[in-house]
Amino acid sequence: MPDLLERIKGGETLVADGAMGTMLFARGLKPGDCPESVNLKQPQLLEEIAAAYVRAGSDIISTNTFGASPLKLDCYGLANKTDEINAAAVRAARKAAGTSVYVAASVGPCGRLIQPYGDIPPGQVAASFERQLKALVAEGIDAVFIETMTDLTEAALAIDAARAVAPSLPVSATMTFDHTPKGFFTIMGVSVQQAAGGLARAGADIIGSNCGNGIDNMVHLAEQFAAHTDLPMIIQSNAGLPEIRDGLPIYSESPAYMAERVDDLLRAGVSIVGGCCGTTPDHIASIRKRVDSGRYR
Amino acid sequence: MDILEELSASLEAGDTAAVTRLTTEAVAQGLAPEIITGHGLVAGMNVVGQKFKAHEIFLPDVLLAARAMHAAMEILKPHLVGKQLPTAGKVVIGTVQGDLHDIGKNLVSIMLRGAGFEVIDLGKDVAPERFVDEAEKTGADAIGMSALLTTTMPMMKEVVALAKKRGLYGKTRILVGGAPLTAEYAEEIGADAYCFDGTSAVDRMREFAGG
Repeated sequence: MPDLLERIKGGETLVADGAMGTMLFARGLKPGDCPESVNLKQPQLLEEIAAAYVRAGSDIISTNTFGASPLKLDCYGLANKTDEINAAAVRAARKAAGTSVYVAASVGPCGRLIQPYGDIPPGQVAASFERQLKALVAEGIDAVFIETMTDLTEAALAIDAARAVAPSLPVSATMTFDHTPKGFFTIMGVSVQQAAGGLARAGADIIGSNCGNGIDNMVHLAEQFAAHTDLPMIIQSNAGLPEIRDGLPIYSESPAYMAERVDDLLRAGVSIVGGCCGTTPDHIASIRKRVDSGRYR
Repeated sequence: MDILEELSASLEAGDTAAVTRLTTEAVAQGLAPEIITGHGLVAGMNVVGQKFKAHEIFLPDVLLAARAMHAAMEILKPHLVGKQLPTAGKVVIGTVQGDLHDIGKNLVSIMLRGAGFEVIDLGKDVAPERFVDEAEKTGADAIGMSALLTTTMPMMKEVVALAKKRGLYGKTRILVGGAPLTAEYAEEIGADAYCFDGTSAVDRMREFAGG
């Protein structure tokens, strides 16, 4: 398989997958359960979800390892299972991906605030990311997707860990922004300009945003990132923000609605389009179709 | 600038070293601990809360100010023994059962404490019974609940139901907040207030506690 980075640098647009967490909840994961515990208990579920995304046209499948750093797993008393949990997720994704679809290792925040804002020393966070990445790389991944970051220090620690453990793999890093009256900022106060500069300086190959917004805001974010970077960009939008109806979350953006705005993402220069919370294989199939139509050009 | 103004400004800047020095100085000058707290620390924390609400500053600034406030309170503690600090009200707070996300909840605790409320923080993954038991035991003015997940949010409804069953509903106010929450949802489950952020939690608590 050609290198993922070479393909996007060659001008190709790649389609990533959609949500994992909301898909698992739809399949019976209980609130309070560790979403990564599925990797050991029901890996066939992961394979099933990944296979659905492959059928929908994903070029990239993310592993169910967003919260599988030992620091985060420790919340559930599962830190001692870090290696098995990460390895099982890669195996499941690979079964569905085969040799024609990339397997990207998802790495999310450690869930703790780093000193001086919180209680955890940066060295401990770095060690946690390294341990997770070693387990992922050992099983054979094609890229690292660092996701949903709000703190540039933590994002940089994750990027450093990926670079140290797997110097030759492409590393994507995305942050999650809130839309405030003063513009887009992460909860830790990082602006789009600061994110673009900081993620690039930390050594990411691909940068952008995931989660926290529906597609309309994501188009604005892509345009703002484009103004501050020459790196390839990735956008993984939620299917809108969850609205609660009869006690259940509903993500209101339809596959057609999201696909409609894909042209604007591509026009802004986005190289990888995928989905986050609330997106399904149907959303990805519509996005795939829109990307293939080449209409934005 | 007098020492309390200086203390307030240093707290706003999140300068723990200066806050520690000024608090020690203020005590040495013979200022009453409740004056130092009210006119120095809480005053500074109020400004921090307002600026955070207006998106002029961000979470890291609030956390640094909270850290400085904590350091000052450690200095004042021995001088407060046997004295009842005037409290703005009492609130039992926690992240609902099944939910392990506590950064937002911790922030709300910080803002409430900063505004002079007594906060009983039950942590995360808190069962409905614990919220209600603790509120009953302590005679709290309110129960504050946080949820980050759409899947754990419905636990709030159970706490409301239990509060009704125990006869606390209407007396002990119920405040809810968290990323997936909306005012409509809060109303639907019978909560007394939806709090968009820590500062709105402070505002609503002031209304409820009449402070």
